[in-house]
Amino acid sequence: MSLDVRLNSQLGTFRIEAEFLAEAGVTALFGHSGSGKTSILKMIAGLVRPQEGRISAGEQVLFDSADGTDVPAQKRRVGMVFQDARLFPHMTVARNLTYGRWAGRRAETVDFSRICALLGIADLLNRYPATLSGGEEQRVAIGRALLADPALLLMDEPLASLDQDRKREILPYLEEVRDDTGLPIVYVSHEVDEVARLADTLVLLNEGRVLGSGDAADMFSRLDFGPALGRHEASSLLSGTVSGVDRSYGLCAIGLDGGHQLHIVSDRARTGERLRMRIKARDVALSLKPPRDVSVRNVLPAKVRDFVVEDSPFVEIVLDVAGQALRARITRHAFDNLGIHHGQDVFAMIKSVAIGQRMVSGRLATKDSER
Amino acid sequence: MTESAVAGIVLLSLKVSAVAMLFAIPAAFAVAWSLARYEFVGKSVLQALVTLPLVLPPVVTGYFLLVLFGANGPLGHLFDAVGIAFAFRWTGAALAAAVMAFPLLVRPMRLSIEALDRGLEEAAATLGAARITRFFTITLPLVLPGVIAGSVLGFAKALGEFGATITFVSNIPGETRTLSLAIYTMLQSPAGDRTMMLLIAVSACLAIGSVLLSEWLGRRVDVRRRA
Repeated sequence: MSLDVRLNSQLGTFRIEAEFLAEAGVTALFGHSGSGKTSILKMIAGLVRPQEGRISAGEQVLFDSADGTDVPAQKRRVGMVFQDARLFPHMTVARNLTYGRWAGRRAETVDFSRICALLGIADLLNRYPATLSGGEEQRVAIGRALLADPALLLMDEPLASLDQDRKREILPYLEEVRDDTGLPIVYVSHEVDEVARLADTLVLLNEGRVLGSGDAADMFSRLDFGPALGRHEASSLLSGTVSGVDRSYGLCAIGLDGGHQLHIVSDRARTGERLRMRIKARDVALSLKPPRDVSVRNVLPAKVRDFVVEDSPFVEIVLDVAGQALRARITRHAFDNLGIHHGQDVFAMIKSVAIGQRMVSGRLATKDSER
Repeated sequence: MTESAVAGIVLLSLKVSAVAMLFAIPAAFAVAWSLARYEFVGKSVLQALVTLPLVLPPVVTGYFLLVLFGANGPLGHLFDAVGIAFAFRWTGAALAAAVMAFPLLVRPMRLSIEALDRGLEEAAATLGAARITRFFTITLPLVLPGVIAGSVLGFAKALGEFGATITFVSNIPGETRTLSLAIYTMLQSPAGDRTMMLLIAVSACLAIGSVLLSEWLGRRVDVRRRA
């Protein structure tokens, strides 16, 4: 099943012109606040009516301005998780979770206890929403959407109203939902961290328009999006498989797809597990010769693929590490000094410490290898 | 003698107020709903009309009722055709009570409807609930405290209504002589001291009881939410 969205709509002074395709897995709509992300989700859910466009989920047309099709929200089978959980305050968690069934007459295709186990909410069933923590509320909201037999899931910044600890609490659950349900998930966010961790596909939005879309790792390595993905946050996503764990040093070795090895600090990883690591461009240093006697644990042979020299003290470089893209940001001074040019062989140095626990993310699991 | 007279007056007042509320509460909810949710031509006129009985001298409201719903009034004729007469009847007292209580019913209902997070109804829609289901499972339960508060307030007001009632349907023993009218009548005559004190005590008890009841009902709804 895939979601095909084409929208052209004027909302007050704001114009939305967006086209994208969301397949199974997570499609992140990424952009700054006010880039129209939430409006697009509401249009997909049927809560806001676009002026022009077409929205279809698989075979079913949900909206088409050409022939006047406009399936009402309650008939769309589009699960939505809102930023502010929106649990019904006068119902217990259990009644909230099953609302889609007893009030929405949705089919009981999803096993209740399995969803409770998946989201760790089995102990909350008799509580009222007012007694839940922010993280618990959001997990119940996700469960409620999943139990309403959705054909696809929309998530509108589900972590935005939570503090760092709560975010860390929920992210693994979101990954479980992604890997377990196989539903297409459209995930709206303006946090590079979340997107890097969850997204398979990235749709970059700016002021209601799609700047670009594609595979998340490819999108992260593109230099032309510049500020849209955040200067300070510029980074690359590397995929690999855990090849060994050294408990005594708390390190684990990752065999990158296409060769080479990377060491990261992690005591959670298990051998054979698929990982995706986010490495910030500013944490990558370059050397022309293999460095010796340095503390940096990761030295990867690489080739200069592309770079952008701007009127600033920095240069953005994209390296090729055995087929995967790695971004580096160095000073213009260093760039001129080393005489960096296209196709040059260099060594990329990444401190293991810089690839912290939070950067280690996403069991890409089976889905990724199928692709 | 005194006790049975008091009982008769109290029962009549309760009947008048109950019937008034039976019709006024749904009407007030509909008005509160349209004022809270919709923009329409004449909204400010409706709003003013609803508030009018609160600010108009009750005698004037009673006069308008007499003109409109009296035996020769245009609306009086209309109701007469379906067999309902208001003039000098207890039904007229109920109409006067309903009109006078109306602003008190509408206000808390409107506030609670406006305070309701529409996002909850949106969430219910994405979970498959049709409009009517959303209303009965989400909207109504959540605005219920406002509806209850308004209803109890309105009922208490209806019980004590005086000015519009006496102007519209006069002061007829056993027909339109409700609590306030009876107390007023006894104040005029030197004989009825004991009965009057009893009636005053009953009105005070009913008023205090209503307020306590509304507080208790409101808390019950609230507690369930916090439990």
